[in-house]
Amino acid sequence: MATQVFKIPDSFKKDAKYSFCPGCDHGVAVRLVGEVLDELGVRENTILAASIGCSVTIYDFLNIDAIEAPHGRAMAEATGVKRARPDKFVFTYQGDGDFASIGLAESLNAALRGENISAICINNTTYGMTGGQLGPTTLVGQVTTTSPTGRNVEYYGYPIKIAEHIALCDGTAFSARVSLDTVANIKKAKQAIKKAFEVQIKGLGLGFVEILSTCPTNWKMTPEQAHERVRNEMMKTFVPGIYKDVTSAV
Amino acid sequence: MSHIVIDKNKCKACYLCIKECPKKLIKISTETNNLGNRVVEFDDPKNECLGCAMCATRCPDLAITEVYRG
Amino acid sequence: MTQCMTDKKVLTKGNYAIAQAAILAGCECYFGYPITPQSEIGEYMSGKMQELNRGYVSAESELAAINMVIGACSTGAKAMTSSSSCAVSLMQEGLSYATSDQLPVVLVSVMRGGPGLGNIYPSQGDYFQSTKGGGNGDYKLIVLAPSTVQECVDLTYKAFYLAHKYRNPTVLLADGLLGQMMEPVEFKEYPYPEIDNSIWALTGAKGRDGRVIRSYAPLAEDQCVFLEKLYQKYKTIEENETEWEEIGTEDADVILVSFGSTSRNVKTAVKMCREKGIKAGLLRPITLYPFPNNRLKELAKKAKKFIVVEVNMGQMVNDVKLAVNGEVPVELIHKPVGAPPAPEEILEKIEELL
Repeated sequence: MATQVFKIPDSFKKDAKYSFCPGCDHGVAVRLVGEVLDELGVRENTILAASIGCSVTIYDFLNIDAIEAPHGRAMAEATGVKRARPDKFVFTYQGDGDFASIGLAESLNAALRGENISAICINNTTYGMTGGQLGPTTLVGQVTTTSPTGRNVEYYGYPIKIAEHIALCDGTAFSARVSLDTVANIKKAKQAIKKAFEVQIKGLGLGFVEILSTCPTNWKMTPEQAHERVRNEMMKTFVPGIYKDVTSAV
Repeated sequence: MSHIVIDKNKCKACYLCIKECPKKLIKISTETNNLGNRVVEFDDPKNECLGCAMCATRCPDLAITEVYRG
Repeated sequence: MTQCMTDKKVLTKGNYAIAQAAILAGCECYFGYPITPQSEIGEYMSGKMQELNRGYVSAESELAAINMVIGACSTGAKAMTSSSSCAVSLMQEGLSYATSDQLPVVLVSVMRGGPGLGNIYPSQGDYFQSTKGGGNGDYKLIVLAPSTVQECVDLTYKAFYLAHKYRNPTVLLADGLLGQMMEPVEFKEYPYPEIDNSIWALTGAKGRDGRVIRSYAPLAEDQCVFLEKLYQKYKTIEENETEWEEIGTEDADVILVSFGSTSRNVKTAVKMCREKGIKAGLLRPITLYPFPNNRLKELAKKAKKFIVVEVNMGQMVNDVKLAVNGEVPVELIHKPVGAPPAPEEILEKIEELL
């Protein structure tokens, strides 16, 4: 008798069909979020603050209550939801532009206040939905539609290391950077998401995961090449790891 | 018997699953789905599938909807 | 600060009165960022909300504050923010979203001088900002304009009620004068029924499918349907909620139109006119949106002249002109910024215009 070892998460809508580009890791990240919601049994108590960018479509796939925040304001809206309804499980799902550029003030301040919410940030080093412009995480040297000769720091400045910044905030309970380039790393990513959700449930403060993700369309790469880029280029600047975990013994 | 279920209309032909399968049981089919993609198919005549779910874990489009082991 | 429901009159500053009224209206969350001349609202709220175990956040910006309100309102909670002029400018994006999301956001806007940083003197320069919208797209905010500290209380109650009844952002549009002045007020019980929001509020999708509060409508047809529905709602609001005060308009030759703190001096000026034998009357819009267009139109059939008095460069005067549609001449008495013109000054200008 065969046992089922993989299924579409129960937290997904029945007819959910991703609108992401082929090979985009958003699909994996959203699935992991759904699996963790299932495992923690919180779907029916969850309110999501969605964002702007490719990440916004998450509410088309997950069968949960959601408020769609203006660009960069998801952490503020999640704060409002949680302050009004502290018993609810509240999380955001944002891109790096949303979380760390236009919404950096909201993100850091939510972390400093120790808002008891969770945040997932997809880092693909570009503004994906608008066609691949230079974003806050664009790597030094990276060519985008608004850095046609590559990001040189004299002209464009430096990319932000989000997980490290969030970890520096005293109100942060958990901050990690993970990647989705291999199956092993996908499994690690799921553990990190789970941890970021659990610290909220335990009332410990902000749980945060930065997920290194691909954007094959705007990077003009095959899905496989895109994963190689995550491994060989992104991970050099954005080193995966757990940057803060208040639950681990020091 | 270990096996996987593919929802062909969700496949976007990124072919990441093909590389992932340790037994090389997934291949590009001759079929085109309603998205216009040459989809993958599961071909396991010798019942070699391990039910490891690596393919489903890797698939970014939830096109591998079920995996069974045993 | 006293804080209890009371039938006795207490001497209270406008900003405190608004804050206290919000508490009595059942406001569950306050989010704000300081700006003169309304900072007392946040100061009062910070202590009181904590004491009552309700939500309070000293937000990092007005952008964050309005979005925190949106978040709280998405759960059906009564939530508010307060701010002033140049900082209300920062909230326009949120107000546009909240209107599209159909959320019961309450904003207390205590006007000061503008444009830009301007100054902290009273002003009515944000009539356009409130009634015409500073955000993108087609939308309306319900706008209530108190003229006394007592009305600051009564209309704060009403702001929460209307916001929830119509699921539309509602603005209490006061000014620096009302915010800072003290008057005796009565804090009666919140007089409105509680609105059932169970069909739309986010509660976690227990035993049901998830619901999404969103403004994103990728298909043009969807946006058309939504906007038609939204404007159907505005029609209902216009039919049911337009509110104004009239004094001596029955036989008036000249109708003065003025709102908020300025209307107080206009009231006195109208009395002075009558003493001098000038048949003057006052129409004071209490709701700036919906605007008492129909009543103004009616009055235009009898009156010979309309004079709008406001502390700005002439904003509401445009709406009065639209309402009377050329039936009678519409004049403007205005002061760019500061305390309203004195009754004597208004009287003098009325006489000049007649």
